[in-house]
Amino acid sequence: MSSIHRAVAMVFVFCGVIVAVTSLTTHTAQAEQHTAKAPNLVGVISAANAHDTVYIDGYHRVSDVVINKPLVLIGRQAVIDAEERGGSVLTVRSDSVEIRDITVKNVRVDYTEDNAAIKLDAVRHVVVASCHIDNGFFGIYLSRSRDCTISDNILTSKQRDESSSGNGIHLWTSVNVRITGNHCEGWRDGIYFEFVHQGTVQNNVSTRNVRYGLHFMFSDSCTYSDNAFLRNGAGVAVMFTRWILMERNRFADNWGAASYGLLLKEITDCHVRDCVFEGNSIGIHAEGSMRMLVESTHFRRNGYAFRILGNCTDNTVTRCDFDGNTFDVTTNTSSSLNNFDGNCWTAYKGYDLDKDGYGDVPHMPVRLYAYLVESMPSSILLMHSTFIDVLDIIERLLPTVTPENLVDRKPLMAPYHGEQS
Amino acid sequence: MTGTLLRSVLKDSLRSRWVVIYAVFFALITEGLLFFTSGEARAVLGLMNIVLLLLPLGSMMFGTIHIHDSRDFIELVLVQPVKRSSVFHALWLGIVLPFLVAFTLGTSIPLALHGKLLSPLSAVLLLAGNLLTMVFFALAFVVGLTFREKATAMGVGFLVWLLLGVLYDGIILAVTVLFVDYPMEVPTVTMITANPIDLARIFIMLTFDQAALLGQTGAVFRQFYGSALGSIVAVTCLLCWIGLPYTVALRTFSRRDW
Repeated sequence: MSSIHRAVAMVFVFCGVIVAVTSLTTHTAQAEQHTAKAPNLVGVISAANAHDTVYIDGYHRVSDVVINKPLVLIGRQAVIDAEERGGSVLTVRSDSVEIRDITVKNVRVDYTEDNAAIKLDAVRHVVVASCHIDNGFFGIYLSRSRDCTISDNILTSKQRDESSSGNGIHLWTSVNVRITGNHCEGWRDGIYFEFVHQGTVQNNVSTRNVRYGLHFMFSDSCTYSDNAFLRNGAGVAVMFTRWILMERNRFADNWGAASYGLLLKEITDCHVRDCVFEGNSIGIHAEGSMRMLVESTHFRRNGYAFRILGNCTDNTVTRCDFDGNTFDVTTNTSSSLNNFDGNCWTAYKGYDLDKDGYGDVPHMPVRLYAYLVESMPSSILLMHSTFIDVLDIIERLLPTVTPENLVDRKPLMAPYHGEQS
Repeated sequence: MTGTLLRSVLKDSLRSRWVVIYAVFFALITEGLLFFTSGEARAVLGLMNIVLLLLPLGSMMFGTIHIHDSRDFIELVLVQPVKRSSVFHALWLGIVLPFLVAFTLGTSIPLALHGKLLSPLSAVLLLAGNLLTMVFFALAFVVGLTFREKATAMGVGFLVWLLLGVLYDGIILAVTVLFVDYPMEVPTVTMITANPIDLARIFIMLTFDQAALLGQTGAVFRQFYGSALGSIVAVTCLLCWIGLPYTVALRTFSRRDW
């Protein structure tokens, strides 16, 4: 081939690339902006092309809107009021949809369908941000979805009873979902995880829910950090799960006859650190849990701070502060296979002669009375009675009944977090 | 007749330093607890222990001593044409009323200073304290009138206090341990109702939110005593605890050969 031919060929290739690039850029430039005003929301959405942006204005009285192409929906003080008509209000059936700044109201309560304000069904890369959900049955509902982000939403419901209310943020069989900065109030469960992997729950507040603030089942390898779970009917439940990191969470004021700060059931290889448990009836209730590490966590003013049942093994609790709890640790067995070394107990009466920061005599955190209550529940009525106090003092001097190996051999003399008022 | 007698007994009681010391003691200890303990719950626990333990002991001791110290006065009055029952009423009210006022004032002033007087908790503490004072003065009169020797009376009084305040709970616990295979909710609740100190303790605990810790057994209790009917029953039980010993003491007083 001659050089002139080669030059011509090169020019053609170059022109081809130029044409291709310009056609691509013009194609993206073709993404249009639409504005949906009441009552033609459904019309505008079906008229829009993929990757268009739809601005939503005003007050829409519709339900059962399906989004089946990649769109960006942005509300400008938009309200979608379902007026308790059937179906989920917004159902996303396409990848790469983004929903922002929309208020969704009055989702119908249904005993056979899980109606949600915003439902993501088998999608990827969907973002739901800064939306308000008001009086939902379910709030934001994800099933079989991946790589989605739910952030900065405010979800409220009416604290109906357990059977007629749904969950605030509900995830079922989803992978790699980020839930950040949401506020859930008045649902059955504030945040619900079932068969979720690599989920992240961060900076959320879940409060005054009928049942759990966070309900977590069969969801391995998840992280939740910096959340607050306050005044929920039954606190937080994490069950049948491995490899969870729970850090810097606050579990407070979950107070009631069957209320837990954190209920751990059949949990393995989990890590709880830098959390605060304050004013709960039961701080942590651990059942069938193995190889957990609980560290630098603060237990303050709880009824039972740490309730660890006999089927829990190889757990480590260290550098935690136990301050002003009615019972610091309770258990239902006389032998324990868990390690409680190196915590700070305000109930500790020992001394530190060699000044190494650790008490010289071991501390038995399980009171005799706590043991009695575990084995004979009706003796709880003797709480704060003088006889029991005397009995506890005697048991502390001459330990006979309390579990011998549930003992802190190196109790900290000063709180790990420093003195707090 | 009771009124005239009561006036003279009251005058006598108020002249004694003990009532003032009693009031100051309660004021100091309440103030101390509120001032030094962090958090309301702990202060309330401390106050509860005082009301449930020291107050009955104090009432018991002052009651028995009072009967024996008033012996001269009683003999003098009984020579006069007055009914024995009115002498007894005057005698009992004459010692109980100053102590009720002393306790109430001594506890309420620090509570008021800390702005906690109007909470339901303070109300229940004061109510329980007042009722227990009356219960133990009535019991003290039974003991004081039955045993003529002052030292014996005080010893027996102390034993009664020890039994109701401390050992009774041991008995409940022993029964619970013995019958551990049976549902013990109802028997425990019944036994607790039968002891004024335990009744007062549970009543106070139901008011501050420790009640949630009581679990299933507590639920049985709360269902009953948490309701308006239950409160009435609890107060009635405590009133019975005043009424029964009072009647017994009155009978002993009327029949006793001075």
